[in-house]
Amino acid sequence: MLTGDAETAANAAQQVVRAERSRILATLIRVTGSVDLAEDAAQDAVLRALQSWPRDGVPDNPRGWLLVVARRRAVDLIRREARRAGKEAEAVALLDPASDSPEAVRDDLLRLVFTCCHPALSLDAQVALALRTIAGLATAEVARALVVPEATMAKRLTRAKQKITQAGIPYRIPPAEELPGRLTGVAATVYLIFNEGYTAGVGDDLIRVGLADEGLRLARLLVELMPDEPTALGLLALLLLQDSRRAARVDVDGRPLLLREQDRTRWDRAAITAGVELVGGGLRRTPDQPDRYVVQAAIAACHALAPSYQQTPWDAVISWYDVLLTVHDTPVVRLNRAAAVAERDGPAAGLALVDAIGGLAGYPWFHATRGELLYRLGRADEAATAYRAALALDLNDPQAARLRDRLAECGPASVRE
Amino acid sequence: MPTYIALTYTADVDWSSPEQADEMAEYREFGAAARAVIRGGSALYPTATATTVRVSGGKGGDVLTTDGPYAETKEALTGFYLLECADLDEAVATVAAMPAAWNGAVEVRPVIPL
Repeated sequence: MLTGDAETAANAAQQVVRAERSRILATLIRVTGSVDLAEDAAQDAVLRALQSWPRDGVPDNPRGWLLVVARRRAVDLIRREARRAGKEAEAVALLDPASDSPEAVRDDLLRLVFTCCHPALSLDAQVALALRTIAGLATAEVARALVVPEATMAKRLTRAKQKITQAGIPYRIPPAEELPGRLTGVAATVYLIFNEGYTAGVGDDLIRVGLADEGLRLARLLVELMPDEPTALGLLALLLLQDSRRAARVDVDGRPLLLREQDRTRWDRAAITAGVELVGGGLRRTPDQPDRYVVQAAIAACHALAPSYQQTPWDAVISWYDVLLTVHDTPVVRLNRAAAVAERDGPAAGLALVDAIGGLAGYPWFHATRGELLYRLGRADEAATAYRAALALDLNDPQAARLRDRLAECGPASVRE
Repeated sequence: MPTYIALTYTADVDWSSPEQADEMAEYREFGAAARAVIRGGSALYPTATATTVRVSGGKGGDVLTTDGPYAETKEALTGFYLLECADLDEAVATVAAMPAAWNGAVEVRPVIPL
């Protein structure tokens, strides 16, 4: 049993360790050339820190401390391996202290980000690796967050690391001409992590707070690492603006609330201000070719800044969607644009646009949007059919409950089944 | 430097026939451009010429041969290259210049050094 002071010390140690772990790991991967070996060594240093720091206090330079211990462990491991394989040289190279400058640490972390989010890895593997190595979650925590059995997650991580080593996925910051494309891939992975937490795909929690927070942390890290990349700025802006509504997104029973039903006084103003500023920064850096994440964040900012749903600047929202379509034309973007048009020009105009979109039959919100617009047009039977189509697809429980309520409102005839 | 095998999957054509001359010329062009990393490779005769061999009952057992490729797929294994590249990025960039990449698909696999 820890006393109060010891507990405080242990918590302090844990926080520092958590913050530094990914940086140490990143440097060790560069130095050793092996994710597995680096993880082993970093883990050893972390355990030692958690043993001695609560007792002796956190050292002045915790990263330096951890790196020295981890390096020593890595050398031991390589020596042991080298004796078997008969090659001592590698271990010696490790003893050469690599530069510990802030730039070197930043570059190491960037290499780790681009390796974990390499397009040759499946999206599932990228998400798992990013949470494990960059965000520093334990395998069990990653498994819980993604609702996957721990053994499955362990296997997925092992396979991903094996592919990095055996297929020769480089540990390197992409060259300038490839950077924008690769960064878009990194952003997609981080957005997926956030979104998986923000709108848990299936199950009974609408918001899986852990993953949303990890997504935000990763987005902040990307801005810290690449403060002039519009994609990084736009991604963080988008996440902050979406997350600013977290407290207002559900009612007291945990049911999801639509934008127009939310109590805007509960939106997080500090997050909105930070998000809007980042949108400005992103727009200034993309005078010619708009960045997809910056534009999505601009749309979120239109909503965040409107004093009420009725006062939403729909003209601006629709214009931003038009811009977004020039760089990111997908059926879902078209659906969201149609919903905005319905608010400005009425449900008939919106429905005409929705019905012209192909390829969304498997997307529940396509049917839910149709249901809503048909209901507003007084076509209750057709609305009920659309809601049923939405309910037949994957939704989390609170969202499904909400649609069932809407279905019931379509009239007694529609609840027969 | 790691070695990769690039397996080309395309329509099951006969590379030795005159109709394929244009495409073969494209491959020769690719081969010249990627000379620095290519360590070997060949085009394969069509899958109709393939024989699949199995030995039943363990080593030394009966040799069974079947006419045709191991797997019947819409796109067939029609050739391979051995590439020596700095890393997967270089291998992918190399493979992306093979005609098979737009006429079908190319599978890249690291080779275990023996």
